[in-house]
Amino acid sequence: METATMLPEVTAAGVIIKAVLILAVIAAIAGFGTYIERKVLAFMQRRLGPQHVGPFGLLQLAADGIKLFTKEDIIPQHANKIIFAVAPVITAATAFIALAAVPVFPDFTIPLLDIYVPSIASDVNVGILFVLGMMAAGLYGPLLAGMAQANKWGIIGSARTAIQFLSYEVVTGLSILAPIMMVGSLSFVDFNNYQADGTWIVVYQPVAFVLFLIAGYAETNRTPFDLLEHEAEIVSGYVTEYSGMRWGLFFIGEYANMITIGVIASIVFLGGYNDFWIFPGWLMIIAKIAFSFFFMLWVRAAWPHIRPDQLMWLCWKVLMPLAVVNVVITGIVMMIVG
Amino acid sequence: MSLEQFKNRNVGTQNYVKLDLDHTPTSGWCQFKQVVKRTFKPELFVGLWVTLREMINALFRGKMHTTQYPFEKLPISPRYRAIHDMLRLLESGHYRCIGCGLCEKICISNCITMETRYDENQRKEVSEYTINFGRCIFCGYCAEVCPELAIVHGQRYETASEQRASFSLFEDMLTPIDQLNLQQEYQGFGAVSPNADENIKKTPLAY
Ligand code: SF4
Ligand code: SF4
Repeated sequence: METATMLPEVTAAGVIIKAVLILAVIAAIAGFGTYIERKVLAFMQRRLGPQHVGPFGLLQLAADGIKLFTKEDIIPQHANKIIFAVAPVITAATAFIALAAVPVFPDFTIPLLDIYVPSIASDVNVGILFVLGMMAAGLYGPLLAGMAQANKWGIIGSARTAIQFLSYEVVTGLSILAPIMMVGSLSFVDFNNYQADGTWIVVYQPVAFVLFLIAGYAETNRTPFDLLEHEAEIVSGYVTEYSGMRWGLFFIGEYANMITIGVIASIVFLGGYNDFWIFPGWLMIIAKIAFSFFFMLWVRAAWPHIRPDQLMWLCWKVLMPLAVVNVVITGIVMMIVG
Repeated sequence: MSLEQFKNRNVGTQNYVKLDLDHTPTSGWCQFKQVVKRTFKPELFVGLWVTLREMINALFRGKMHTTQYPFEKLPISPRYRAIHDMLRLLESGHYRCIGCGLCEKICISNCITMETRYDENQRKEVSEYTINFGRCIFCGYCAEVCPELAIVHGQRYETASEQRASFSLFEDMLTPIDQLNLQQEYQGFGAVSPNADENIKKTPLAY
């Protein structure tokens, strides 16, 4: 993470602090996200959700963590043991590596130590490509997990992983291409600075925003598109045979990916971490990420999930043509205006 | 009432509400219209609104559904048939059971066991009375047959216990003497009907 190109004033210490910060905060949030998800879903169904462990059930998180850590780690007899063991790590690791190139908070300087902490662990100049690539590489987690576990539900789950992630990768790329054309850069910082005057890109690119959200949900395996492990059909899909902490790693990876999608959506489309009216930038970015996270839960409570064939139909016959048309129109408008 | 309606096995035609489904589109134009209609009907957002509304209802308008069971209990019907109670006479505090043995006799799972004897006043006294709740099916016959309204069904439905005998001794079922003022008449099987007084007639003596 730390070896990427740095701006001159960024010290290695700052980057390490940032990396640790991201890792700690996101891992904590990913765990906390499960609590939030259960609470929000419960409220939307007029239930109470977890509430007995600790105040408001907050320590449920710790209880679940202890449970996951102490559970027996079962590896099925006919599974390919090495791949089975490595697959969850791929999911979690790629999710966190993707976050390395994403600016989460604005720059700040630690007052006493005088260490400058950059907004981004490594400002790769092809940040968007890096993040999308990393998230795409995350597909190997579910894919290998499903194939290694010698279980038919796992195989179906991993087959679905392959089609779903590959298809929606196209839509993500094409939908985000239009903003990239407008900004003319692949770096998140440039995206943020482009919107510094207060006009969010979503105003120019509503179609791209919606497409990106849909594709993002498909890539993070969230509800309208949670075919990979849909309990009612394929038991648990690619995680059928997993238990304990390995299963937990998949979970953390999924939540980290949700946050990544939220961050990308906030920075590329929703004005990034610029100050807004009287609200400082860090509050704005947290609010935006929190809202996009909440929206994922909201959608999960409200909408049913779709069939695999509908998923493919939606991707190739609706979303991809729309994305292409959007890119072409953006190009034409830019040619005329610019 | 005749048995006619129970003998009707033609279940497919009764009381079914058919969904008002649109016709399957036949031509390309119909398909197009359907797609447009579905695209611009804000159904997805209706769904989002419904869940959000319920969340607001639950959080801010006190419409949370959950009953936190061991701490809160829903009221149950006064006619509910749970673990039996033996009632006492309100005036004297003596137990109502006269040891007639009708309940023991009628119990269809043979789970009431009782022994009686004469006390010093030559009145019948219940010396042993137990119900084997491992066998009781809570049919209510015992409460119905009891001439003294002595054995009735109570409201104790949480019957997990360490011992089978926990609820089933006479003393356990009997209203505690210090709670006699809290004793409720049972309204279910065997209870006196609310208009019982009106139905009482003088016995015709003109035979
Ligand atoms: S409720 Fe029925 S089965 Fe139970 S003791 Fe009374 S008569 Fe017997
Ligand atoms: S029927 Fe009533 S009075 Fe007779 S023995 Fe049973 S409880 Fe006692």
